[in-house]
This record gives sequence, C-alpha cells and structure tokens, in this order.
Amino acid sequence: MFGAVGLGLWQATVWALGVPPYVLPGPVAIVLAIFQDAGQLVPALFSTLMVAITALLAATGIGVALAVAMAASRLFRAAIQPWAVILQVTPVVAIAPLIILWVDQPFAALVVCATIVAFFPILSNTAAGLAATPPELTDLFQLYGASRAQSLFWLSLPSAVPNFLVGLRISGTLALVGAVVAEFVAGSGGFASGLAYQIIEASYRLEIPRMFAALVLLGLSGIVIYAALGGLERLVLRRRDGA
Amino acid sequence: MLAIRSVTKRFDDGTLAVEEVSAEIKSGEFVALLGPSGCGKSTLLRLLAGLTAPSDGEIVWDAGARPGLGDIGFVFQDATLMPWADAAENVYLPLRLMGQRRAEAKARIDAALAQVGLAEFAESRPKALSGGMKMRVSIARALVSDPGLLLMDEPFAALDEFTRHRLQGDLHRLWRQSGKTVVFVTHSIYEAAFLASRVLVMSPRPGRIAADIAAKIGDGPERRDSAAYLALVGEITQALRGVMAL
Repeated sequence: MFGAVGLGLWQATVWALGVPPYVLPGPVAIVLAIFQDAGQLVPALFSTLMVAITALLAATGIGVALAVAMAASRLFRAAIQPWAVILQVTPVVAIAPLIILWVDQPFAALVVCATIVAFFPILSNTAAGLAATPPELTDLFQLYGASRAQSLFWLSLPSAVPNFLVGLRISGTLALVGAVVAEFVAGSGGFASGLAYQIIEASYRLEIPRMFAALVLLGLSGIVIYAALGGLERLVLRRRDGA
Repeated sequence: MLAIRSVTKRFDDGTLAVEEVSAEIKSGEFVALLGPSGCGKSTLLRLLAGLTAPSDGEIVWDAGARPGLGDIGFVFQDATLMPWADAAENVYLPLRLMGQRRAEAKARIDAALAQVGLAEFAESRPKALSGGMKMRVSIARALVSDPGLLLMDEPFAALDEFTRHRLQGDLHRLWRQSGKTVVFVTHSIYEAAFLASRVLVMSPRPGRIAADIAAKIGDGPERRDSAAYLALVGEITQALRGVMAL
C-alpha cells in the first residue's frame, strides 16, 4: 500500500517536473526497461544468482565444518576465530581484485569473493548454536557413555539447527551482495556478465532506466532469497519440533 | 547400596560446594536431600552420578566397582527433552547410547512410558505435551534402562501445585512397586516429608549433612493429612532451624 503510494508519487513528480530519464527515470520507464532489455538483463540476473547460490552452498559447507571443528577443539577455535573475523571485516572490494587475479576461472573467482562475504553469519550462528547445547542433555549423554561423534550428531548438531537457519538467512542476502560487489570489480576488468556489469555498462551509456531496472531485479532477488530461506527455516523447524 | 565418605567438592574457581559429607545409602531407600538453595545438593547428586569427581573423599559402591552404563537414572529440574524427537525417541535415548537397536528396545520403551501413564503419547513431540507430561517422559527416560539408583534433582520444582501433588503420588507409588533406590534433591520440606523414607538435611554452603531423619508415615495418599506427616514436617523444620534462620 505504502509502496504503491510511493511509486505513484515518484512517477507523478517525474512527470510534473519533467525530469529527464537519464537523471531519474520514473517507475514506468524502469518497468519498460526491464521488458525491453530483458534479453540482456535476464541472462545477467541468472549469472548473478548462480554465483550467489553457489557461494551460499560453499559458505554453508565451510561455515558448518569450521563451526563443528571449533566446537570440538579449543586449539582449533583459537586458530580459526581471528582469521574468520579478519575475513569478515576486510572489505571484499579491497581483496576482490587479488582474488580475481589469483583465481583464473572468472566464475570461481566471483564465487570465492561472495563466499568470503557470506560464510561468517553461518559460522558464528552455528558455533553459537553448538555452544548452547543444553548442559543437562550433555550430562545425560555423558552419563550413558556417549562417544564424541554420538554427542555431535545426536545432540549438538540438532540443537544448533535453529541458529544455523538464522545464519543461513542472513548469509543468503550477503551472498548476493558479495556476488554483485565481486562482479563490479571483475566487470571493470572486462569480465562481462552479471547484473553488476549491466549496472556499470548502462551507467557508462547513460541508459539510466536500464541501470535502475538492474537494481530493481537485484532488490527483488534479495527479497526472494530472504523470503525463501525464511520459509525454509519455518518449514524445517515445524517438521523438527512438531506442530 | 553406596557410602559417601568424607566427600568434599571444591570448584576450579575456589567455591567450596560440599565439605566432608559422609552418608550411607541403603538399597531400596528413598532419600530426600533437603537444604537451602546453593547448599550443594545438586553437586552431591552429580558426584553420585559420576558426572563430576570429588576433590577429596570417595564414594564407595556396595559391589565394589562403579556402576555400569544404565545402572543410574538421572532426572533434572527441567524435563530437558530433545525437542526434535517424540516421547518414545526421547525415552529411547539411554538405550540408544548404550548400543541397543530401536526394535530391540521397543518393549522397554513402551513399558517405561506405560509406567508413567503416557502410553498413548509415544509419538507426541515435547511441544505438544504439558509441563507435567514432559516431566513424566523425563522420568520414563531415566527408568528405561532399569537402573538400581534413581537420582532426581528437584524434578517437580518448576511444576504447578496440582501437577506436583499428582506426580509426587505417582513417584511414591512407583518407588513402592519397583523397590529402586532413589536420591531426591528438594528444597521443599513438605515434598521431602511426603516422599522420603529418610531425609538428609543439609546446611547452607559449604554443604554438610546436618541431620538424618528417618521417616515412617505410612503409604496411602491420605498420609498427607496424617498427624505423623505433620510431626515429620515439624521435625525437619526444627532440624533446618539448627543450621539457618527460619
């Protein structure tokens, strides 16, 4: 409702003041651009989503594996945690050129960048979930002589599922951000795919409606990813804990 | 059954939880460990379970050796069920950890659930159960390995009064029928008096055993109204006055 009013005001302002589309296109021009330039935008969207989804899968694998290892060994935790934080606080824009230089295959390079951005919430949330295993249940497992593997697979990991899913939801949108940022760096280096490249190229050519169209697709993708992972979270927890 | 000999427990941070506690617990007794919060009752229970080791002194078992897996059942203050597993799966846990297949364990799981009156709720997840029912599942889980010794750490403290009364009655009946040894931590004088065949009163931290009171108040549910019960409550209160302001 508010969104529709906002879009209406935006369009009305653009018409009333006669703002040229290369300064600020109205929503109508943007929607038209999405359809007119679908031939370029849809493959670009697909390319960006492939990078983001692959990165999210990689981030899930790496994040969960590191969280388990950190829960299992204090030494490993001490060794890994600083590096994880360093990777998290380093702007991906700063290291993306290096990664693109080091990794020959462009798709793999983009995935590496996006994974670096996305893995931290999964790691830290899963680690927090593993650490929050109810102490009484840990006692109970100890009482019946559970092995470390039994405690991990039958207790710690199932206990950490809700935290992991929260991390996954945050990482989902971050993977998209990471993919786009890496594409920006790669795109300025001449690697032509993805929505970021569309944004750069459209801005060079002053095709501002196409640029906005790419941004809109990006935003919609973010919403879809966030909502899909949120739905997955509810579904998994409902199945896990019963109605 | 077992003897606690001059057991002291000091935690790493220097807290002295229990000091020089000695007591003998005979087979088939229902011992209530009663004392104010923080007096080391729960620590003593964890020591008995072997979940933590004494700093000094020892716990000597009648058979000479430490009890094996499944010889001790433990019930915590919270039901601490696994939310992702149904009641039967939760009750199965001890047997599963001891290496029994689900099919082999089925009869014992069913029997344990029936013992606590939850035969029809085997497939319910904890979320669908009330607080009292969750605690019953927790008790069934402790009973499923048919332990000789049942350790209970304020299991009814978080329940409402009505549920607590009913569960106390059920537990007492279960103890009568099974002949198990029970050590039951509580900070309720009335609960101790109603349930136990013997009440050990502990002093505030560091916990020591301040009084050892034998309880003989009969068996029927009506004993809560009996003069013997009230006299026992009085005796326990008197003993507690010896160690703290009451």
